[in-house]
Amino acid sequence: MTKKNVTRRGVLKSGAVAGTGLALPTIFTASSAAAFTNEPTGSSVTLGFNVPQTGPYADEGNDELLAQQLAVEHLNGEGDGGCLNTFSSKALQGNGILGKKVGFVTGDTQTKSDAARASAKSMIEKDGAIMINGGSSSGVAVAVQGLCQEAGVIFMAGLTHANDTTGKDKKANGFRHFFNAYMSGAALAPVLAAEMGKERRAYHLTADYNWGWTQEESIVASTEALGWETVNTVKTPLASTDFSSYIAPVLNSGADVLVLNHYGGNMVNSLTNAIQFGLLDKVANGKDFKIVVPLYSELMAAGAGENIKGVLGSMNWNWQLQDEGTKAFVKSFGEKYGKPPSNSAQTCYAQVLLYADACERAGTFNPCGVAEALEDFEFDGLGNGPTWYRGADHQCFKDVLVVRGNENPTNAYDTLEIVEITPRSQVEYDPEHPMFAGGELGKCNPGA
Amino acid sequence: MDAILLQILNGLDKGSAYALIALGLTLIFGTLGVVNFAHGALFMIGAFCAVTLQKLLNLSFVTLDETQKDFLGNPLKVETPYIEAWFGPEVGATIIDWSVPLSILFAIPIMLLVGYVMERGLIKHFYKRPHADQILVTFGLAIVLQEIVKYFFGANPIQTPPPDVLSGSVDLGTMVGFDPNAIIYPIWRLVYFGFAVGIIGAVFSFLQFTTFGMVVRAGMADRETVGLLGINIDRRFTIMFGIAAGVAGLAGVMYGPINPPNYHMGMDFLVLSFVVVVVGGMGSLPGAVLAGFLLGILESFASTTWATTTIPGINQIIIYLVAIIVLLTRPRGLMGRKGVMEE
Repeated sequence: MTKKNVTRRGVLKSGAVAGTGLALPTIFTASSAAAFTNEPTGSSVTLGFNVPQTGPYADEGNDELLAQQLAVEHLNGEGDGGCLNTFSSKALQGNGILGKKVGFVTGDTQTKSDAARASAKSMIEKDGAIMINGGSSSGVAVAVQGLCQEAGVIFMAGLTHANDTTGKDKKANGFRHFFNAYMSGAALAPVLAAEMGKERRAYHLTADYNWGWTQEESIVASTEALGWETVNTVKTPLASTDFSSYIAPVLNSGADVLVLNHYGGNMVNSLTNAIQFGLLDKVANGKDFKIVVPLYSELMAAGAGENIKGVLGSMNWNWQLQDEGTKAFVKSFGEKYGKPPSNSAQTCYAQVLLYADACERAGTFNPCGVAEALEDFEFDGLGNGPTWYRGADHQCFKDVLVVRGNENPTNAYDTLEIVEITPRSQVEYDPEHPMFAGGELGKCNPGA
Repeated sequence: MDAILLQILNGLDKGSAYALIALGLTLIFGTLGVVNFAHGALFMIGAFCAVTLQKLLNLSFVTLDETQKDFLGNPLKVETPYIEAWFGPEVGATIIDWSVPLSILFAIPIMLLVGYVMERGLIKHFYKRPHADQILVTFGLAIVLQEIVKYFFGANPIQTPPPDVLSGSVDLGTMVGFDPNAIIYPIWRLVYFGFAVGIIGAVFSFLQFTTFGMVVRAGMADRETVGLLGINIDRRFTIMFGIAAGVAGLAGVMYGPINPPNYHMGMDFLVLSFVVVVVGGMGSLPGAVLAGFLLGILESFASTTWATTTIPGINQIIIYLVAIIVLLTRPRGLMGRKGVMEE
């Protein structure tokens, strides 16, 4: 016969252990329910597409939206599957994300930081968006990235080219697939040297805001490293429409290259004005005068018309690439919408698929799990060849394109021709590079 | 010296657009007493008349070229403008090439009609309302008009190039004894300046040397007395609104080759043009023209590297700075009329 000694201390101990054991699943459930912002509870999940639907970049925003809608179709198993067939990761099965049907809501950034934050906030708080994607401006990207960090959702940036987005303003919840100004400089410089020589004198006209400054800094650094001299750097107000007053002094400045650090309407107008003043017909310092536009987009090229003929620049991606991912996306987009996609459309499409794939691989929608799955992820099959999402700053590294305004376009879409596909290794840099210094990635915020 | 001359030319060129828009604004204010914030939209609609005619002239039929492929690998669709098929490739191409000057003929009736409809349909109901109401309604109208244009033409700029023979630049320096390449200036900008001078001259002549103009000037001075003489001054003022719309529209048509039209271009000019009107003197037509050219030249000089390095940001505030100085020293503006906006 065994005698059991039941003591008060023993009962308390046993009670505590049993209580903890019984409560454990509840703790996990409770913690899981409030673990992160907008955790999907039903059979669907909502993504937020924040693009400029009004304002000067509305056409670019519309192109992004078309690509985002196409990505949602492909994720839900509709259409021809697009890049799901070429993507190196096979986690996506065309049955939504983690078995949940993908839906989306849209917001209008208006290409204004405050409006973009307001629309993103509304999509997160009212519509339950679990991820925000899109945009056509670095100012907007930085603003929305900050909001997403605070709210505890993932931000998959659209078109944003300023170094700061993954430099001093980088955030743990934000990811950029698009290339940046440093990469433009690193890709362009060798081509400029090969085509124009190493003894050139450059005059910069720069849009007077964050993106323009980082672009100028990057191009000046890379061209001066070649041996070029920078004659002058002139800031032009963002609201400028007529650049004749800025172009006229270039004529007698001693420069033989004009670098236009402008984007959108600014670039279309400044390039048109430069051509009007006959800069490309001019001979300076015994050399043919040249113009460089470091950042191109297809829509800008269309707006600039014949003025871009022969003018060099860089791009994140172009529909004329011949890799399997590009071909699959162009076919899908072209057959659905009757035109080739722009590089801003491609970056948004890729970002939506990358987010969905990261959720699948992580097995959760929790932003911290998703971020972990995206960090240092190596993939292929979405365009631009093998790509690396660097964990240290959430910047994608892939090949960069140097393009030139096509001298003899055969249709409305081949306004640009690919001059060189600059390998990824040539545009890589240290995360602590001075042009990207000053910020901290911080910790992932799951919100809730 | 060559740099100074270049900036004067730039200033005259910018001033041409300011003066033409401000002239129309002043005409409307002087006759109808309406502060028309939709005037920039009329400039934009003029530019899109050129875009529309260019698109009409480029209407094409499609043939398939089996030897070339499109981006999806299908046979390339080759578009041939009907006008080239009807008149032959050379004549057709020439007509398309001259689409901007031809747009002047296209734009005149359209702008007169737009002006008439705008005045009869909306603005006349606000004649006796406070200026704040007029500003609100015309500003709202401007937004509606630009959104309509964006709906049909998109947000991206659309090139409307000048005829080949008038594109490119000319070496003005060699004509006046400077070294070659010292003063190179775009031909179309010189054409624009000449056009602006011509339009301004025509409007002044119309007001100065015709009976209609004499009555309008009399009505601007004393509307009631002219009405008591049995003259239907309202009808004449409505016609003047149409003419002002036409001037803004023609300014827009010819501006297209300088900067590609986009739906927002009217707003870009609107505020500056109002400052021009205020500096010139409310209701003063010569004042509007003088201030337009003057502020254009000042803005041009303020954008030089020397000016922006000496006083950073001066290029963005110069016009407003001048407006403040003028209004402090001459509250009625450079050539303002007594009694206008003073009750």
